[in-house]
Amino acid sequence: MAKGVWIVAEQRDGALRKVSFELASTARKLADQLGEEVGAVLCGSGVEAMAAELAKYGVDKVYVADNAALEPYTTDAHATAVAKIVKENDPAILFLGASAQGKDLSASLVGKLATGMATDCTDVKIADGKLCAIRPMYAGKCFGEIVIDAFPQMASLRPNVFPIVECAKAGEVVKFDAGLGEAKTKVAEILKEAAGKIDVAEANIIVSGGRGMKGPEGYGILEELAGLLGAAVGASRAAVDAGWRPQSDQVGQTGKVVSPNLYIACGISGAIQHLAGMSSSKYIVAINKDAEAPIFARADYGIVDDLFKVVPALTQEVKKLLA
Amino acid sequence: MNIVACVKQVPDTEAQIKVKGDGSGIEEGGIKWVMNPYDEFGVEEALKLKEKLGGEVTIVSVGPARTMETIRTALAMGAEKGIQIDDPALYNADAYATAEALAAAIKGVPYDIIFCGQRAIDDDSAQVGSILAELLGIPQVTFATKLEIDGTAVKATRPIEGASVIVATSLPCVITATKGLNEPRYASLPGIMKAKKKPVDIKKAADIGVTGASKSRVAKFTPPPARPPGKILCADDTPEGKAAELAKLLREEAKVI
Repeated sequence: MAKGVWIVAEQRDGALRKVSFELASTARKLADQLGEEVGAVLCGSGVEAMAAELAKYGVDKVYVADNAALEPYTTDAHATAVAKIVKENDPAILFLGASAQGKDLSASLVGKLATGMATDCTDVKIADGKLCAIRPMYAGKCFGEIVIDAFPQMASLRPNVFPIVECAKAGEVVKFDAGLGEAKTKVAEILKEAAGKIDVAEANIIVSGGRGMKGPEGYGILEELAGLLGAAVGASRAAVDAGWRPQSDQVGQTGKVVSPNLYIACGISGAIQHLAGMSSSKYIVAINKDAEAPIFARADYGIVDDLFKVVPALTQEVKKLLA
Repeated sequence: MNIVACVKQVPDTEAQIKVKGDGSGIEEGGIKWVMNPYDEFGVEEALKLKEKLGGEVTIVSVGPARTMETIRTALAMGAEKGIQIDDPALYNADAYATAEALAAAIKGVPYDIIFCGQRAIDDDSAQVGSILAELLGIPQVTFATKLEIDGTAVKATRPIEGASVIVATSLPCVITATKGLNEPRYASLPGIMKAKKKPVDIKKAADIGVTGASKSRVAKFTPPPARPPGKILCADDTPEGKAAELAKLLREEAKVI
């Protein structure tokens, strides 16, 4: 009988990523309801010391595969290692982060473990002893409650949505052999973006600009405000298609679906496909000179005015608040 | 080179999605159906590869009768032939069952490379391409924004948070396409005429030896939670006044800055 709530911890460049703590805290909550243990799989090279950090957020056992071939991340090596230890231990539930790495790894694991998965969940609970995973579908135009009729019941959890709760447990380290064969894929090169750039998918605050920014140079005022707030700068499809901003910044149904605490939409009218991608944000601000723009129907706070005057004024106000 | 591109028919991005009263699914009436935008990048890359290296592009799709229109669109763009797996057993298939059907159909044709979209914009699962690669036992690169092929050597670029990773692997493999890989072409009028005569093989689940059984299901569909009505800030009519009011509300009421 499958038992235990497991997570796959995500680490990069020698540090656990925040989503790992979100996963651990969520797994702890569900495991307590089931009266079961929390296990974490940790793969990489020289990663054993990170186990203690996972223990702080409620992990009972950390299954560590320490192997030079697990660094840097490849789908192939990590999926092989995780599938092996999962098959040996038969957990009932397995969570990963819906990050770039987690989405890649989790989908491969679904294939290796012949199970089902709810992708990019915004809530998970236990109902009748089974996992019930809530997730946006159609980029958030509707939600689905997913039930999985195989084990492990897998879900990837949207970063930045699940709370981190400290709950110290033993975090006993169990080392295992990754069982790697010949590598089918290798990382040839990693090209890092400018240091300090925050990805929209991971940001607590997003300052986003659309067609109303009038051109790439208009984003300067958004960058300044975002810099003060520790926010990411996002863009609508119109702005990306016009070549004003990189694709990785696009928010919407054909870009990234995001749920920050605060989404500030500047010069974005609110096409359905954009609204779908950001409507699950906790607070939405719309700044647009067109009072009829659909974005105002979703906004908690709306300002009908020229964004080129409002945004710099807002930046000044934020400076005062943070001073 | 034998190239396969998997496509799915989905509601257009501008479609409003209404949940059925009993929560069993979505209302399909009035929806405009299109090729999944991420699959278009896959089809385009398949065609570019064929034009460079020679060979054939086969389109494979799982879906009901209306799906034929999307397969014809890909054929009109320039693909040679299609396979449609149309079986009621697969109409609500999850990612695993869909990938299983695709894998079974693809095993029947020669392939060097298989393209899928990184996700379909209806169920947003982002799983099918990866499961397909696992079931076929071949390597994969997901979310590719750039692809280079030299002999059997493959280099694909995939964005991760704050970086891009160039992954090296070899044919045969599965590539899932994302925005940035290329600019999909439009079907030309002669292309549309020619597409009508191109062969499309329609198969049932039993023909390819799958049952269509899913591992997961959507127990209930719900509309998104309603947002409370917002405020238009107008205590002061100047941009500065409105900005000050907003900063105060974000700090004191929303507590987000």
